[in-house]
Amino acid sequence: MGAGHGHRLFFHGHSVVHRAPAHLKVLALVGFMLVVVALPRQAYVAHGAAALVLLAVIAVSRVPLRYLAPRMVIEVPFAVFAVLMPFVSHGPRTEVLGVAVSEPGLVAGAALLMKGTIGVLASLTFAATTEADDLLRGLQRLRVPDLLVQIMGFMIRYLDVVTGEMRRMVVAMRSRGCEPRSPRHWPVLARSLGALFIRSYERGERVHHAMLSRGYTGRLP
Amino acid sequence: MIPVLDVRGLAFAYPDGHQALYGVDLHVHAGERVALLGPNGAGKTTLVLHLNGILSGGAGSVTVSGLPVVTDNLAEVRRRVGIVFQDPDDQLFLGTVRQDVAFGPANLGIKGAALERRVMHALDQVGMADFVDRPPHHLSFGQRRRVAVATVLAMEPEILVLDEPSSNLDPTSRRELADILRGLDVTVLMVTHDLPYALELCPRSVVLSDGVVVADRSTYDVLTDEELMAAHRLELPWGFDPRSIGSLPA
Repeated sequence: MGAGHGHRLFFHGHSVVHRAPAHLKVLALVGFMLVVVALPRQAYVAHGAAALVLLAVIAVSRVPLRYLAPRMVIEVPFAVFAVLMPFVSHGPRTEVLGVAVSEPGLVAGAALLMKGTIGVLASLTFAATTEADDLLRGLQRLRVPDLLVQIMGFMIRYLDVVTGEMRRMVVAMRSRGCEPRSPRHWPVLARSLGALFIRSYERGERVHHAMLSRGYTGRLP
Repeated sequence: MIPVLDVRGLAFAYPDGHQALYGVDLHVHAGERVALLGPNGAGKTTLVLHLNGILSGGAGSVTVSGLPVVTDNLAEVRRRVGIVFQDPDDQLFLGTVRQDVAFGPANLGIKGAALERRVMHALDQVGMADFVDRPPHHLSFGQRRRVAVATVLAMEPEILVLDEPSSNLDPTSRRELADILRGLDVTVLMVTHDLPYALELCPRSVVLSDGVVVADRSTYDVLTDEELMAAHRLELPWGFDPRSIGSLPA
């Protein structure tokens, strides 16, 4: 989680999209993505329309594209794969800018790139307009099993605590002449990850004690 | 008068065979503030976890205002005994201060306006009402400790059990917490290594060492009994002399 309000992907705002109930946003996101995935690969107009709908939502949410764009780097591995597809696929060849490429590969790569980009952008928009807490409540309202929602809540809460612990362990390792980046020291790193796991497990036990002490019976109020 | 806390002959061994308690007797009466002192590994935390039935199964008994700590009574026992754990990150596990403070009373079945009143009253008592909508992990350590105290106060316990309340606090936060604890109208059992803190807040001290109670008298008497102190690895900070401060009125 970042400083101040919300999590790292959250963009503070008060737009209609921000205020919309989280469970509706989850449903809208999942529905939208199912439609985009189900579109025939060569339905370029339909893909364009979906992209326009998404851009309209972003415009209404007032989350600047400048904010979303750098966060889209997560798509890069898929994009690289999509770009390679026309070169490695079989099938009839066609010429693009004087280079012979596979035609089915070109179609598949383009489809992957379009669907992927729309999906990532839609998810980022959702993340930028929904607080983690609202998301959990939304999932609860959608009747996602309570235990799953609780586990997600704890994950969000303790992500910082555990990464902080990891950071301190790495600093302590470095201070004693161990460089976790060098493969020579990977065994040490693996052992320290094991230690981190045990520490987290023990913290889990302590948190559970603290919950029981306040009358926890298996359901978060 | 029935003591708020009545521990008799409590013995306990962990599943790995390590015996932590060898027959502990401890009584705390309403309105008292008692310090539980002892070196590392004396069994203090093990004892604390017995007070509300998190640990059980050994010999002896624990009774809270006449109610035995047994499986059927756990819900009521846990309302009566409020434990504040040492690491606030273990105690504050929800998204906002409000949710965390409401967690206990909500488990007791309190809802709506009554719940809100409890939350705000508990936060007022520790001076954290302004932070009600903040995520706990964005607070300073001292603030988190105070919110952790509020999460337990919201259950309106009969006895507040604090595990190392002054650990990791800067001197100002430490003093602020002392002011808060002094102002509370509740029985307190405070586990601590911070002997000046014990002298400042608790008229009476119980020394636990190797799983048994080896002393139970006024904090001043304990801290000035050099033989007892040395025998149980208790040490005053350099330059601190209880004699120059004197005893709290019991």
